[in-house]
Parts: sequence; structure tokens; C-alpha cells
Amino acid sequence: MSQPVAIRLEQVCKRYPGAAGLAVDHLDLEIPTGEIVALVGPSGCGKTTTLKMINRLIEPTSGTIEIHGRPADELPVHELRRGIGYVIQQTGLFPHKTVAGNIATVPRLLGWDKARTRERVEELVDLVGLERQMLDRYPSALSGGQQQRVGVARALAADPPILLMDEPYSAVDPIVRARLQDELLDLQRRVHKTIVLVTHDVDEALKLGDRVVILNVGGVLEQAAPPAEILADPASPFVADFLGEELGLKRLALLRVRDITPDTGPVAEVGDDADSVRALMQEHRVTWFGIREHGRLLGWQWGSTLDGEVRADGAEPFRTVVSPDTTLRSALDGIVNSLTNVAVVIDDDGEYRGMVRIEEISEGVR
Amino acid sequence: MSIFATRHDRLLSWEWIGDHTDEIWERTLQHLQLTGYAVGIGLVIAMAMSMVALRWRRAYAPLAALSGALYSIPSLALFAILVPYTGLGFRPVLIALVTYTLLILLRNIVAGIDGVPRSVLEAADGMGYEPWRRFLAVDLRLATPAIIGGIRVATVTVIGLVTVGALVGSGGYGVFINDGLSRNFTTPIIVGGGLSIAMAIAFDLLFVAVQRLTTPWSRAGMAP
Amino acid sequence: MIEDALAYLTDADSWWGRNGLVNLTWNHVRLSGAALLAAIVLAVPPALLLGHRHRGGLLTVTLVNLSRALPTFAVIAFVLPVSYQLDLGLGFWPTFVALVLLALPPVFVNAYTGVDDVDAAVVEAARGMGMRESEVLRRVEVPAAMPLLAAGVRVSAVQVVATTTLGTLVGYRCLGTPIIQGIAERDYGKVLAAAVIVAALSLLTDAAFGALGRRLTPWADNPTIETKASVQHAT
Repeated sequence: MSQPVAIRLEQVCKRYPGAAGLAVDHLDLEIPTGEIVALVGPSGCGKTTTLKMINRLIEPTSGTIEIHGRPADELPVHELRRGIGYVIQQTGLFPHKTVAGNIATVPRLLGWDKARTRERVEELVDLVGLERQMLDRYPSALSGGQQQRVGVARALAADPPILLMDEPYSAVDPIVRARLQDELLDLQRRVHKTIVLVTHDVDEALKLGDRVVILNVGGVLEQAAPPAEILADPASPFVADFLGEELGLKRLALLRVRDITPDTGPVAEVGDDADSVRALMQEHRVTWFGIREHGRLLGWQWGSTLDGEVRADGAEPFRTVVSPDTTLRSALDGIVNSLTNVAVVIDDDGEYRGMVRIEEISEGVR
Repeated sequence: MSIFATRHDRLLSWEWIGDHTDEIWERTLQHLQLTGYAVGIGLVIAMAMSMVALRWRRAYAPLAALSGALYSIPSLALFAILVPYTGLGFRPVLIALVTYTLLILLRNIVAGIDGVPRSVLEAADGMGYEPWRRFLAVDLRLATPAIIGGIRVATVTVIGLVTVGALVGSGGYGVFINDGLSRNFTTPIIVGGGLSIAMAIAFDLLFVAVQRLTTPWSRAGMAP
Repeated sequence: MIEDALAYLTDADSWWGRNGLVNLTWNHVRLSGAALLAAIVLAVPPALLLGHRHRGGLLTVTLVNLSRALPTFAVIAFVLPVSYQLDLGLGFWPTFVALVLLALPPVFVNAYTGVDDVDAAVVEAARGMGMRESEVLRRVEVPAAMPLLAAGVRVSAVQVVATTTLGTLVGYRCLGTPIIQGIAERDYGKVLAAAVIVAALSLLTDAAFGALGRRLTPWADNPTIETKASVQHAT
């Protein structure tokens, strides 16, 4: 962990009055500054309790919690909370305040002047991708996805370094959820907050988390590691079980084409003669070849239809073209759908970077 | 043929109304005054009771039972019971009416504040509201429609009950009804009853309007 | 005053005879029961039918608001000359009409709302199983509406018992009679005694109808007077 620690939990326990066991059991956790840490686990694993102990909506029974090196209970509780953004599942938007009023909540609590508040509100609306005309609407007039965006904007209003998110996307439909998740990642690239996110959806945790913390029932820590590491090496049978099926595919979703070395592929230049093309196909053990001209890949052609030298007009476009940013999972999907069983890698400048076959992919995840 | 010989053939005598405009105005003021005091005092007491009930949950059931028991005493009986202590007139009726408003207001205030969504309160806490500030700016604000709803029902109910108060000398429209009854003369009955109904409906509509004005968020989703 | 009340209550003369408490209580209960029964007979059938068809929501709201604004005292007073002209005389009938008007709205509104609010999925399932409309109403909607209907009847019953007291103003001999006499005679012990009996009677009614409701609808967590009919005080 290279970054400084934003939040540190040391031997934190929580026992609810009247409960037999612990809700959170001697938890040690370090949350690095500027990362997204996803807490995930089945119900009763204490993930939400853990989150709420950070902004002291729940007080720990024992143990210490430090925020930026200072004990969380050093400040008056409301001051602590004003410095930590908080987003919850049902959004918790104030029905009696407009979108603007909702976003302005913490700035107003902090006593910002009107002009500064207004400016910040507008900035945030742009940041979370809402339209400014929505500022004067009430939450009831918004869709679930829009409400969730307002919730995020409200949490970010006073520019807190830390953002806590409690199952932020579980109340919206899968399509909106996927979009909101992408937006969060995009937002994070711009704002670099320390984000602690609670979810019961392991795929969401793997997608959003720079680190994933898997908790078991009773608040027991099972594993805390980057997603790829967890998928590659589950620390316990519980973790393996919790991750579910298709671990390989899940790992592929985390890796990108740039993470593996593509094959050069059976590529001939326009003007090459038929003999050299046949040798090329033999070498690659395929019955087709790619056609390149001036560093650009024009397409491909069956070897059996080659007549004389390689010509540009014989090229059929590749069905599966990926960029270095494409995940291996979707590259794989493209490969199985293509006639040539390859995905062609073209970078952002349009340069040909090679071909990915199933062999390269399975080598990459090994 | 009967002790109930009709004094007037018509149901409504305009002549009588013309002769009594001053008294009608006077009775209207009395009726309004009694209603206003009863609901106002009732609101203060019910608010205090609600604070207690919200702070100590166990207090709600006995408080509701107490106000429920007071509520079940027939108005005429309660007025009459109070008379030896307060004398005839305004006071026994005011005290009785205040007790009647308690049940309605207590229930509405507590239900209104209880009805504020948990997620909203959690978000408010999470953003760092101090407890008292949250109570005023969030809990109470969001309970306003329910509280106004309670004031509305209490007011309309009290307006009807004030008419009975005339029997123990409180004044108000009931005086006309009582007068008409004792003389078998329909005009004052219709005037007193009609004005009481009109006043009740007017306040009902007034509070509907107030309710709408204080909850702009429940309409159309646009700020005014 | 409490001693006066006790003295009044322990005097045998107070209990027997035409103006005795026994006779007055019987008259009180008789009129209350008749009015409540009439209100149920008049209100329930149309309410169930309208609820079944999901028509009449506006009527219901109007009825509730109007009934709250209607001072029973004025209604009794007004019905009196009409009743007299119809040759129905003093006392019983004018009070009866006013009490029926008072008892109608809670019964109607709760019966209507009870049926109107039945889970649409349950009704659809009933139709899907091949029930005729009349069967849907009888076997599904009415039983489902019972708790609310019972609560409405309970509210009305309590109001009616309390309000019957006012019948004395138009010459009906009931538990209001000693109250009015007491005020006139400045015999407040008598007033208190009668008031306590009426209050006890209305609490008893509340408890009895509550128990009856629970008996009829053992599956429901019994809504009491906190129903959509809303609270209304006897005027």
C-alpha cells in the first residue's frame, strides 16, 4: 500500500444490545487515501455496521477508528460527519427540498454564503451528469437513477475527502445500475476521493473496488485484497464460494488487452506474393491471412481465394476489433464470435497492435 | 292541539335575519374566538405530549388512552360536569374543547413525525445535523402536512361542538339553535346551524390550502 | 359534588320510575341501537357495491368532510319541526334521524374503503379461479373488508351512544335528561352521576364493539378508531 492511510480500524468490535454474538469481530482494516474499497459479504456480515461506525452513526463497542490519523471520536460527531460524504440506498433525499436545496444541505450547515453555495451546487450537478434545469425540481419528480446522482452530488457538496456509500445502487434496475457504476468510476478519476462502499453484490465489489474486503457472518474478515488477487487466490473456501461460479471469466473482466502480449498474427503486406503468404499461413497454422498497408490493417482473406499477389481490394473487414482498454472478457466474447477466432487489436491512433487468440488470453490469466 | 304550535309558516324568516345582523356578527366572533382558543391551547398541550411520547415511547399508549377516554365523554356531559368548578359560560366549554382536540392532535403529530422515512433521517444524521436542528428542520418540517391535517380535523370538530356549548352559556351559534328550539322557530336554527356548517367548511378548505402551500414538494415536483 | 353524585346514585328513587336511571338508560340504548342498525342497513350495501366497482371515492371524501362539519345539535334541532310536520312527534324520531345521519359516514366510508382497498392481486386470483363477480364480493372482498367495516361500526356506535344524550333537548327521555335537569336545578351531583353513566356506557360500547370486531375478524390486527373514517367527535 503506497498511499497514506485515510481510515484505520483497529480491533474494532460491535455488539448490539441483546444480541448473542458480535456484529463486527475484532476488525483490522486500513483504507488507503484515494482508493475505492468495497465491503462485501452476506447479510449479517456487519458490512453496513462497519461503514456506519466510520461516521459514527453507530458507535463501536471496542477498538479504535482513526480518520486521517485522528481518532474518530476526537471531534464532535456532527463535525466529523460534515467532513464525510454519505450516500445511502434509498437516497434519503429530503422530499421537502429541491434538488438544489438537497445538494446545498452540508454547505448550509457549514455556513457557506449563498453565492459560493450556488456555484458549488451547479458545479456538482455538472459533475454527476445532471441537467441544471433539474435544480428546481423536487426529488419525487426524478427517476431512481437521477435521485441517486443527486445523492452523490449532495454527499460531495462540501468536497469531503472521504465518501461512504451504503448499497448505493441496489434500489435501481440493472441497466441504470451499470451506468451509475461506470459514472462513479469516471467521477473517481476526476475527484480522487477515499470511497468506502458497501454492497452485497460481489460483482459490483469486484468492478468498483480498488480493493475488496470480504466479510463473513458475525463481522469476521475473510480477505482484503485487490480484486484480481482475490479472484486468483481466494483466501478461504468461504471466499471461493462467495465469489461464485465463473471465476475465470470474472478475472478476465478485470484484465485488459494491454495487460497481455498479443500475437503478431498472420499478416501480409499488400504486394506480397502468394508463396510467402502460404508460408505465413503454414507458420501460423491458419487458412486465412490479414492484409496490411502502411501500418493499417485493412482486413482479411481466405488463403484459398488468393490469386497472385496480395491486393487491398480482396480484404474483408475483421468482425472483432478491440482496443488496448477492452477487457479480456469482452475480447474473449469477440473471439468466439469471429470467423477467424482472433480479436484484432487496434490502438487509439488506428495502428495495428497485433491479434489476441484464446491462447494469449489463457496465458494472460495464468 | 300541541305545545308545538308553529309561530311562523315559512322555514326561513328573512325579516328575523335582517333584525339580527348585529347579533349574528357577535355570535360569529364568539364562535371563532372559542374555536381559536381551543385549538390553539390544544395544539400547545398536544405538542408537549407528543414530545414526551416521542422521547419516551412507552408514554404514548397511556397518553393516547387518556386523551381517548376524555374524548369519549359526551360533550354535553363534560360541559355540565365542569360548570360547578368554572361557572357557566366560556370557560367550561373551552376546557372541554381543549381536551377533545388532544386525541386528534396527539395522534397526528406523533404519526406525522413517525412517518418521516428512516432513510431521510439517516441521511440527515450522516450529513452532520445536530439532533435539535434535525428535529426542527427535518422531522418537524416533514411532519407539517400531518400536523396541519390534525389541526384541520380538530378545528372542524370543535366548530361543531361549540354549538352545544350554548347550553351552558358559552355563546356562539348554538345560542340561535337553542333559541329556535325553545320557541319552535326554525329560522334561528337554520341560521345557527347553517353558519356553523359554513364556518366548518370554510376552515376545512382554508387548511387544505395551507396544507398545499406548506408542502410544495408533493405537487408536480416543481418548485414554485 | 362527588358526594352529591353518590347520594343521587344510592337513592333508590333515582333508579326507578319513568324518569329513573334504569328506564332512561334503556331508552338511551334503545335509540342508539336503532339508529346504528338503520345506519348499517342504509350504508353498507351501497358502500360494498361502490367499493367493488371502485367508484365513489369522491363521494366518500365529501361525505367525511361534510359529516364532520355537520353539528348534530343543529341537525336535531332542525329535524324537530320537520318531524313534527310529518306527524312523527317529539323526541324519538328527530333524534333518530340526526343519529342516523351521524352514524352513516364512518360505516359507509370504512365499508367502501375496505372493499376498494382489497389487494388487486387477490381479487384477480379470485376471478382467475372462476368466481363470479357476486362471489368475488361475497367470498373475498367482504371478508377482507370486515376489519375496517367493524372498526367503522365501532366508531359510529360510540358516537351515537354519546350523542343520544342530546335527544333530551327535543324531549326524548334518555341519559341526557338528568344532565339538563341538573343544570337547570343546579343539582350538579345529578349531572355528574348521569355524565359518568353516559361516559361509562360509551366506553363499554367501545370495548364491546372492539371485542366483537376481534371475534369476527380473528385474522386481522384490529384497527380501532384510527381508520380512514378518521376521528369524529359526537356533537
